[in-house]
Amino acid sequence: MAENQTELLSAASCAAIDAELAKYPDDQRQSAVMAALTITQDANGGWLTRELMDAVADYLGMPAIAVYEVATFYSMYELKPVGRHKLCVCTNISCLLRGSEEVVAHLSERLGIGLGETTPDGRITLKEVECLGACANAPMLQYGDRYVEDLTPEKLDQLLEGLE
Amino acid sequence: MADDSKVTIQVDGQTVEARKGAMLIEATDAVGIDIPRFCYHKKLSVAANCRMCLVEVEKAPKPLPACATPVTEGMVVHTASPLARGAQKGTMEFLLINHPLDCPICDQGGECELQDVAMGYGGDISRYAEGKRVVPNPDIGPLISTDLTRCIHCTRCVRFGEEIAGLRELGATGRGEHTTIGTYIKHAVASELSGNVIDLCPVGALTSKPYRFTARPWELRQQAGVAMHDGVGSNFWLHTRGSRVLRAVPRDNESINEVWLADRDRYSYLGLNASDRLLTPQVKRDGAWHPCDWSEALRVAAQGLREAAGEEGGEQLGFLAAPNATAEELFLLQKLARGLGSAHLDHRLRQGDFSAQAAEPRHPWLGMPVADLEGVDAALVIGSHLRKEQPLLNHRLRKAALRGAQVAFLNPLEFDSNFPVAHSLVASPVALVTELAAVAAALAGASGKAAPAGLIPEGTAPGEAHAAIAAHLSEGERATVLLGALAVAHPAYGQLAALARFIADASGACLGFLAPAGNSVGAALAGVLPHRLPGGDDAAASGLDARAMLEQPRRGYLLLGVEPELDCWDPATAASALDQAACVVALSAFTSPDLLELADVLLPIAGYAETSGTAVNAAGDWQSWNGAVPPPGEARQGWKVLRVLGNEFGIEGFAQRDSREVLEELRAACADLAPDNAAPSAPTPTQPVLDGLVRVGEVPIYACDAVVRRAAALQATDDHVEACVHLAPADAEQLGLNGVAQVSVTQGDLHLTLPLSVDARVAPGSVWIPAGVPGSSRGPACGPVTIDKA
Repeated sequence: MAENQTELLSAASCAAIDAELAKYPDDQRQSAVMAALTITQDANGGWLTRELMDAVADYLGMPAIAVYEVATFYSMYELKPVGRHKLCVCTNISCLLRGSEEVVAHLSERLGIGLGETTPDGRITLKEVECLGACANAPMLQYGDRYVEDLTPEKLDQLLEGLE
Repeated sequence: MADDSKVTIQVDGQTVEARKGAMLIEATDAVGIDIPRFCYHKKLSVAANCRMCLVEVEKAPKPLPACATPVTEGMVVHTASPLARGAQKGTMEFLLINHPLDCPICDQGGECELQDVAMGYGGDISRYAEGKRVVPNPDIGPLISTDLTRCIHCTRCVRFGEEIAGLRELGATGRGEHTTIGTYIKHAVASELSGNVIDLCPVGALTSKPYRFTARPWELRQQAGVAMHDGVGSNFWLHTRGSRVLRAVPRDNESINEVWLADRDRYSYLGLNASDRLLTPQVKRDGAWHPCDWSEALRVAAQGLREAAGEEGGEQLGFLAAPNATAEELFLLQKLARGLGSAHLDHRLRQGDFSAQAAEPRHPWLGMPVADLEGVDAALVIGSHLRKEQPLLNHRLRKAALRGAQVAFLNPLEFDSNFPVAHSLVASPVALVTELAAVAAALAGASGKAAPAGLIPEGTAPGEAHAAIAAHLSEGERATVLLGALAVAHPAYGQLAALARFIADASGACLGFLAPAGNSVGAALAGVLPHRLPGGDDAAASGLDARAMLEQPRRGYLLLGVEPELDCWDPATAASALDQAACVVALSAFTSPDLLELADVLLPIAGYAETSGTAVNAAGDWQSWNGAVPPPGEARQGWKVLRVLGNEFGIEGFAQRDSREVLEELRAACADLAPDNAAPSAPTPTQPVLDGLVRVGEVPIYACDAVVRRAAALQATDDHVEACVHLAPADAEQLGLNGVAQVSVTQGDLHLTLPLSVDARVAPGSVWIPAGVPGSSRGPACGPVTIDKA
């Protein structure tokens, strides 16, 4: 089947994955799969190709399908190209009750795209996600590794203006 | 008195004893209390993800899944209380939310676990008015059809892949409602056991592709049968409608095939329905074939053989039988041969060396029951692509290896294995003998047992791996040394077998033969051997073996189920001998091109589903079956044809009225014979001089016999092999063949051009050129070969 594709991973990625691997016993390399996918995704402009997933599988000694299972299960892994910035809006129950529909509508209108789409200039991707565990400050969205909470149209405009 | 290993529980007011640590569902299954389930399967790990088996357990706050709840002493369980029923019905309603309920157009309809359970636990109408999900169907190859919208995510197929097939290829990708089962990348599921997911699937998401839309289950009749394509003798049900076999499904037999069936056994029935079935007797006159009636064909056949025999009698006649013929056919064949005064009969069509045949056991066998193979602690497999050659024996050995058994292989190329292999010795056919001798030498050194003089070449120095294998075999409480098809085809098979025998003796391991076909053992017992009578007694004078009777051409031949160009060790020599013969009578189910060319009389016989018969598998199990469908056209059951042929010659003992009478005669002859691999005489193998490049003529999994070769769906899998040359990188380098696409292959006077693949799995000195494949080299399956630029 797949040739050994670990050479698709950069030396820096491999070093970062190795640092994660050090946290687990030697015979439990698959434990690092989520971290490895995150590292690989970040190094590839925010999304994973099948070849990259195969490379992670090879690197960790896992069946490729087991890596696909992880990558398709979690919403933070992207299997298609995304914009430079990814806005993940929670639309689950707490945020819904607190106005996430307005948040989505405002962003859609400002950006001219719907959920799951990317602006034509490749700047921003808008994504709907399930509960991110910040219900106390709903509605909220995730941008990069940062939560932006208690969203209002003003807060959203401010956020959008700050994005390159 | 209390048994420590048992606990007592109460289920629905009934006292049930269960093994400590067993899951609740095992205990209830054992006493016939039915709990609905989808994901639980006794041969797979517990997933507990369908939630259908929820039951009420007193003192537990919520219903518990019976498949994942271990029994404890005094546990009180209600499987049908309002709480349990409520949980089950609730689960059922959720499972049906996304199920399309397309039962009228679903192949599973009528034999569907979901349908059955929904009858008992489902609601009358659905409360679900929203849109249902639709899932695209990946193409996972020619054997299995997918309708993933029907999938309920039980993950039985996923667990099967990982736990039984040893290949993690199917998986559950996506999440929640978006979960789908697939290979993600849509390549064929490359397990030789893949068809079992069809039986495992509790819904119609995975169904048989060749069977698709051909019948409804309630239209089918089922007849028990036995698979003949390897030494396992797997049990199956043949499902038939009218005179056609429409599919085969496993018949549970824990001691042989458990609940599984190899794809080869499951789909070989397709070959029975092939377009080139031989439907009428035919005789060749002046080079042209003429259909005729049976009486004429038999008369011409008898007359032809009589004239061919001439004054020398049977001396000029040779008899070759396929080892997947029934025991009844084989027994009558030997009766006919010996009745005509010929001792030249054999079924060992792919054997390369007969020099030590006197040492071959009278009742060769695996050395143990099939099920015991999973209990070995150490094994040495010599010359076998076990996974493809004997899929379910490989499965047993895999279980042993996963338990920690040290399994070693000695092969002319590195075959893929689906379990951890302790040692893989890869050596060219030339070095195969010395490698095995090195293991023997290590044992002779360690055990102090002296090998027979001359068996181990002088100066044999065991390496680390040899010593380790020897140690594993000696230390293993239950160890085995197995000889496979590539050993049998080796021109020094006698020596390999003698070494294997010594290794087994010196290490206390059990020697086993991997019977290549469903009735290889039965053929030996039936006396289809030049040197043995039925029951294993020595023949007064040994005749010519399968190789010799072709190398020293006879004037007349009778072939039973043989396609000489594909079934013989040396097809070119076979073809030349048959071509020269005055009369060749072929009993065949197919109009093979080679038989049309070489035979003079074609007698149509039944395929495996069309005849009653008996087979003796590798483990010495006698299994009989009745014909499931009538033979097509004018074809007749092989044993009847042979009986009438016997009458035609006026030989005594051909008055049997049914196949059972034939079987009784054979059983009487074998009454005093038990499976035993002891050598009746000391082996005295010759040691052929082999040098340079040697062909490894492995028979690919779907090229093993005439019917399998005609099963179109099997031929469409990735295991289908085209004629080609695989060369070790070092040899390719030395011969200057890197980057060359086509090479010229020379075996003796035979030349042909084949595609080249430089393959790191091949040992230097080995040239892997498949045998049994049309268009491949027609020289000996294992013998010197020259490779040049085309």
